[in-house]
Amino acid sequence: MEKGTYKIQKIDAYRWRIPREGKMRVDGMVYADESMIQEIQKDESLQQVINVSYLPGIVQHSLAMPDIHWGYGFPIGGVAAFDMDEGVVSPGGVGYDINCGVRLLRTGLYREEIMSDLGSLVNSLFINIPSGVGSHRKDLKLSQQNEKNVLKNGARWAVSQGYGTKEDLEHIEENGCIPGAIPELVSNRALERGRAQLGTLGSGNHFVEVGYVSEIYHNEIARVLGLRKDGITVVIHTGSRGLGYQICDDFIQTMIRASQKYHIELPDRQLCCAPISSPQGKEYLAAMACAANYAFANRQMITHWVRESFEKTLNINPSESRISLVYDVCHNIAKIEEHVVEDRKRRLCVHRKGATRAFPPHHPNIPAAYKEVGQPVLIPGDMGRCSYVLTGTERAYEDTFGSTCHGAGRVMSRNQAMKTAKGRNIAQELKEKGIFVCADSRATLDEELPEAYKDVTEVVDVVEHAGISKKIAQLKPLCVIKG
Amino acid sequence: MPKYILIDHTADIGIDVFGTTLYELFSNAAFAMFDIITDVSRVEGKNEYKVKVSGIDREQLLVNWLSELLYLHEVKNLLFKDFFITGIHETQLKASLRGEVFVEKKHVIKTEIKAVTYHNLSITKENQQWKARIIFDL
Repeated sequence: MEKGTYKIQKIDAYRWRIPREGKMRVDGMVYADESMIQEIQKDESLQQVINVSYLPGIVQHSLAMPDIHWGYGFPIGGVAAFDMDEGVVSPGGVGYDINCGVRLLRTGLYREEIMSDLGSLVNSLFINIPSGVGSHRKDLKLSQQNEKNVLKNGARWAVSQGYGTKEDLEHIEENGCIPGAIPELVSNRALERGRAQLGTLGSGNHFVEVGYVSEIYHNEIARVLGLRKDGITVVIHTGSRGLGYQICDDFIQTMIRASQKYHIELPDRQLCCAPISSPQGKEYLAAMACAANYAFANRQMITHWVRESFEKTLNINPSESRISLVYDVCHNIAKIEEHVVEDRKRRLCVHRKGATRAFPPHHPNIPAAYKEVGQPVLIPGDMGRCSYVLTGTERAYEDTFGSTCHGAGRVMSRNQAMKTAKGRNIAQELKEKGIFVCADSRATLDEELPEAYKDVTEVVDVVEHAGISKKIAQLKPLCVIKG
Repeated sequence: MPKYILIDHTADIGIDVFGTTLYELFSNAAFAMFDIITDVSRVEGKNEYKVKVSGIDREQLLVNWLSELLYLHEVKNLLFKDFFITGIHETQLKASLRGEVFVEKKHVIKTEIKAVTYHNLSITKENQQWKARIIFDL
């Protein structure tokens, strides 16, 4: 990775330009407020924004959302769009956890109805949803043929097996299945890693969180999204597990060779890539779609177990729990989309690495029910504070390829977090705040302690003030299970 | 000189690994990875495993070596404690490992490593001392 100094120019209170120089093909554009931009400069993330701008065929800007932090290759919180003819696709611009994402469920329940059952609810979720390393449902055996069906059909496969309903599918990005998936392009190793892990949460920052709507900022839109004050919600955050990691790994090997073959100069090997139109580029996109579909199926199955846990613990039936999907979004993905750039409609390959699609009202790719309000965007915070529901805007479509932030963004390394948590009992501290936590390992809780993250409210305020999302509701946690 | 040190990386975890020879460097890198994953002191060297990996250059060889061990850990449920590099060239490596199958309650998993990345990857030699920098995706 090249290290160096760079200029930063303030555009307005929420946008900063890194002007094009040297090998940069476009400007960098960072969404942040004054204090965040100071913080962001402490690690290598802005150099990563610059590195992305070196890649062939990049269009308009190398973008960074306010939750930007130092990743590998692309920064986390990075968005970059590439021309379909001259541009590249990069597995490092999607990440190892392909289609890591978030889904939000609403329920027909209110906070006071479940408060006395929170302890048993969190235990039931923890038992029903495999989390942590190596755990899986004993009642689930996936043949290789069935696994390939998962890769091809995504959440549709899960619904066909009785996990959830057809209505769920209408409220998932791409309806829970990215077309063009070719399972034959997925290595045996990836299939092997994925087989035992379908329907598992994983560890690290992945979680299932039961919460409630604590604030509503826009009554009309909240009503359309089915969010009511004090209504119980569930957020599920997980991705494509070992299958996705292995697909990324396999294609990084392919792309290192491809970058040499197509004479693409790389500032960081992790940015290895191939032209979108090349055989390697097309194969990556078809394999990536497999992992994305696996992740959609994964979140769909976990949703089913969330429903079962609620119904069993509270001794109610589905017509009483009324658990339905608000929406499900991808955080790590490359998508072929149409955007208008300099008054010209173009098909682009948009990489979102730790960023969320945020399409405006009336966009053809959002569910009919949300046509008038725009695509819902779910921004989880840390375990102790809150999360937000936003909607996409016209401004996002014009300025950021219909993209916004994805979460709070870490400020502390895991090492620092462990040191900060030393001698403390994070689960107990959260319990005192009224939040029940079950985790497979204590180390995970320490690494994920609330102070390790930026305050998500500040991140969300930036995207709202910059006009690339609209704040609709705030959710507060009641209980959390983690890997 | 320690086998390795942790370096601060905001989202993930990075290590600087040391060795007086390339053999030692590659062996210490593998030890470091399992030291992050598990409490190595609870792992017994009950069984021997042999692996062979290749790469287009030394850096890729290091990534492929660690990725191979990560794969064996995840799919075959293995934990390793001893790593003997029996042969190493620029693009090829042979090793013999000692470890055992993961046993609930006996072993702990401290951290799940998703992958070994190429970001900031380097192998350097200064004053007869090898050093490698590796960033893992967590």
